[in-house]
Amino acid sequence: MTNILIFIIVILVIATLVQIVRVGELLSEIKNKDVNEVSDKDNNTQGLLFLIVGFGFLIFVVWQMITWNHLLLPPASSVHGTQIDLLMKVSMGLIIVVFFITSPMLFYFAFKYRGKKSNNAYFLSHNNKLEVVWTVIPTIILTVLIIFGLKTWDNAMNVEVTESTKLIEVYAKQYNWTARYSGIDNKLGKANYKLVKGKNTLGVDMLDVNSADDKMAREVHLVVNEPVLLKFRSQDVIHSAFLPHFRVQMNCVPGISTQFGFTPNKTTAQMKESEGEDFEYVLLCNKICGASHFNMQMKFIVETQEEYDIWIASQDNLEKKLLTQK
Amino acid sequence: MSEHHKENFITKYVFSMDHKMIAKQFLLTGMFMAVVGMLMSAIFRVQLANPGESSILYNLLPSTWLNDAGGLNPDKYLALVTMHGTILVFWVLTAGLSGTFANFLIPLQIGARDMASGFLNMLSYWFFFIATVVLMSSLFVESGPASGGWTIYPPLSALPQAIPGSGTGMTLWLISITLFVVGSLLGGLNYIVTILNLRTIGMTMKRLPLTVWALLITAILGVLSFPVLLSCGLLLVFDRSFGTSFYLSDIIINGEVLHNEGGSPILFEHLFWFLGHPEVYIILLPALGIVSEVIAVNSRKPIFGYKAMVGALLLIAFLSFIVWGHHMFMTGMNPFLGSVFTFTTLLIAIPSAVKVFNYLATLWRGNIRFTPAMLFAIGTVSAFITGGLTGIILGDSALDINVHDTYFVVGHFHIVMGLSAIYGMFAGVYHWFPKMYGRMMNKHLGYIHFWGTFICAYGVFFPMHFLGLAGLPRRYYSNSAFPMFDGLSDINALITFFALAGAIVQAIFLFNFFYSIFKGTKASQNPWKSNTLEWTTPIERIHGNWPGELPVVKRWAYDYSKPGAEEDFIIQTEPLKDGEIEH
Repeated sequence: MTNILIFIIVILVIATLVQIVRVGELLSEIKNKDVNEVSDKDNNTQGLLFLIVGFGFLIFVVWQMITWNHLLLPPASSVHGTQIDLLMKVSMGLIIVVFFITSPMLFYFAFKYRGKKSNNAYFLSHNNKLEVVWTVIPTIILTVLIIFGLKTWDNAMNVEVTESTKLIEVYAKQYNWTARYSGIDNKLGKANYKLVKGKNTLGVDMLDVNSADDKMAREVHLVVNEPVLLKFRSQDVIHSAFLPHFRVQMNCVPGISTQFGFTPNKTTAQMKESEGEDFEYVLLCNKICGASHFNMQMKFIVETQEEYDIWIASQDNLEKKLLTQK
Repeated sequence: MSEHHKENFITKYVFSMDHKMIAKQFLLTGMFMAVVGMLMSAIFRVQLANPGESSILYNLLPSTWLNDAGGLNPDKYLALVTMHGTILVFWVLTAGLSGTFANFLIPLQIGARDMASGFLNMLSYWFFFIATVVLMSSLFVESGPASGGWTIYPPLSALPQAIPGSGTGMTLWLISITLFVVGSLLGGLNYIVTILNLRTIGMTMKRLPLTVWALLITAILGVLSFPVLLSCGLLLVFDRSFGTSFYLSDIIINGEVLHNEGGSPILFEHLFWFLGHPEVYIILLPALGIVSEVIAVNSRKPIFGYKAMVGALLLIAFLSFIVWGHHMFMTGMNPFLGSVFTFTTLLIAIPSAVKVFNYLATLWRGNIRFTPAMLFAIGTVSAFITGGLTGIILGDSALDINVHDTYFVVGHFHIVMGLSAIYGMFAGVYHWFPKMYGRMMNKHLGYIHFWGTFICAYGVFFPMHFLGLAGLPRRYYSNSAFPMFDGLSDINALITFFALAGAIVQAIFLFNFFYSIFKGTKASQNPWKSNTLEWTTPIERIHGNWPGELPVVKRWAYDYSKPGAEEDFIIQTEPLKDGEIEH
């Protein structure tokens, strides 16, 4: 019934519109005017609208920047992230400046050069000098940005892995994450998807001597200011491990091992102080992976060495978990 | 070519070989698909603003896979997002835009009686039509249409166990896209051959209108990149149906260990984006071509820096083939490769900047006539500036780490590719409507349509950048699973409000379009006082375009307000006066 009513209303609205438009066109026919000819008055109105709506849009942009600033991610909680934030500030600053030069020019030109029947446009087909100028300036600016960007990228991706770098495996599947700590030897035992069975959800090869002391966990604890190398695997489809607060992201691809190394530099406790009691570091999935993609998460906790030692000691190693507790 | 058979209803309106009728067929199919795609976005926008509540629109849907007892669950949400992307990228902005204007404008603007092969041209539309039918039919299968995102990354798209849409729905998607690629190749080859061979006497490459240049370069991009998509899809068909392992390896799904070994999903991404990035410019360049023409005509000025504009188009097209990796910075590919792609990607900003400055210089000291087409053309430039600039953030691999696949990306590409292209398409429709249907579209409705769209579109897509900078990933069914996103619900509600308002505004356009076809005021032969050849054809559509001899071109397309001329435009067939210099 509602559907029929809505259908009838739509038909009536369309019929009314037809009549209104028709009346408008007939009226101007009587006045001997071409209704669709653009008049000087139209040019004035539309030019003015460009000025008002165009600048309204720019004000809307500024309003958003002010009002929603507090919703954006807090400054990076990792060493390489700080440099990324700096690059972001520089790039953002630059595009904001260019945006606030070119957009007003566009809207202002539309207003300023709105047409008049009696006016004539200025014939100008090209100007080589001008064109060279506005090719060279962007080229210089972009060269600087590219060099700065590549340095930051190199700094983020090519981390030096030393003896003290903690190895942690992050394992993705629909729709959860599991972590595996490398244990006292700081070496991850081999793993193979064919060995996934029962409690051995990561397919760890228990015949490998490095596996025995590995530890599985459903949350990740990191020591502040200690470098860590995350190794990613996926069991089924592509996932993406996204740790926005650390400026860390890497896809987890079935059949391929990927990694991301970084050094967290703010503890969860410190972040709770500045960002509020509810703050937690969190790992999200950022590559479409199925129905519960929107709810695939794992908690990350950054803490002091002492707190970490207590936590890690309380976790069973794989030997105990898989081999003894049958 | 000059000999034409008598037309009956079927050969005139259905299996037409006349490029003008084929253009209209593309336009109408594209418009239909645009409405479908837009309604899908309205449904999922309502979900994002009020999670769990089903909208009036959703309840109105016929009872199919989409509207059953379960309500709008995550699977259906992902299916809608996937189909919205597929439809808008391929059906509306590729076939709807290029198909319409390449078919309509190329023969008319270069002075040809028709395309090089009218028959191939007809086939191109009908392949596209069948592709449309197949894609639409996937909406009615029990397990739903493809739902792994429009980029259909395997293994998600290869395994029905991973998501129900990867069953029959995905099979239909692949069949449909195969037909689509065949259609688009037939069209593309035809466009290239026509432009290179059928230009009338005097129409040198240096005198081609920029629309034709843009359409030529677009067609070349399409012919070079679509076959790669085809092979990419074919390998996926093999993996799905014949047990090969091109893209699959080491997988356990729903407890089942798959036999596949040695494949790489990253290989798929490389193949996909080798099409995928040029595709962005296949969408954008025709719009920029249309805008160049519309801005010059309505500023009553020559386009500023014609040669630089062509050069920029060529450079953008060339670069578009060596930047695909910027979609894959986070796949774990060698960081050095990431550096190379960052370098090439940021270079695109240079020709893009040149284009923007040239548009601004064209407006400068013009005598601007605000037709609805002109409003949309200026809108395109605005969107191109706003959306292009955020590309500098995304193209920088180091910055991409934290905005990759977030709403920042969604905001960016909807503005730079979606809005620029759809505004360009609107500009084209308003501008060439008199040529297509012999009648004018209503000016006032056009004005309302533009301002409504302009305001709502920025209201939808600009706030998305802030969602992305807050870390919100795209393709999330709901944002309520993470406390860190609780503060963003107001922004989401605002976006949804503008999205629905913007959708309603489009009804004005649809009304104006169909009303004007039948009832619009009669158009004169050259209503915009334009220089290009299409306006020298008679108002009444004839197969063959010009009744007598083909026009002979004597000058370029942009002699507007040339000093010494009697009027502020000089049609291309007008010979140069004694002592007059070209340009």
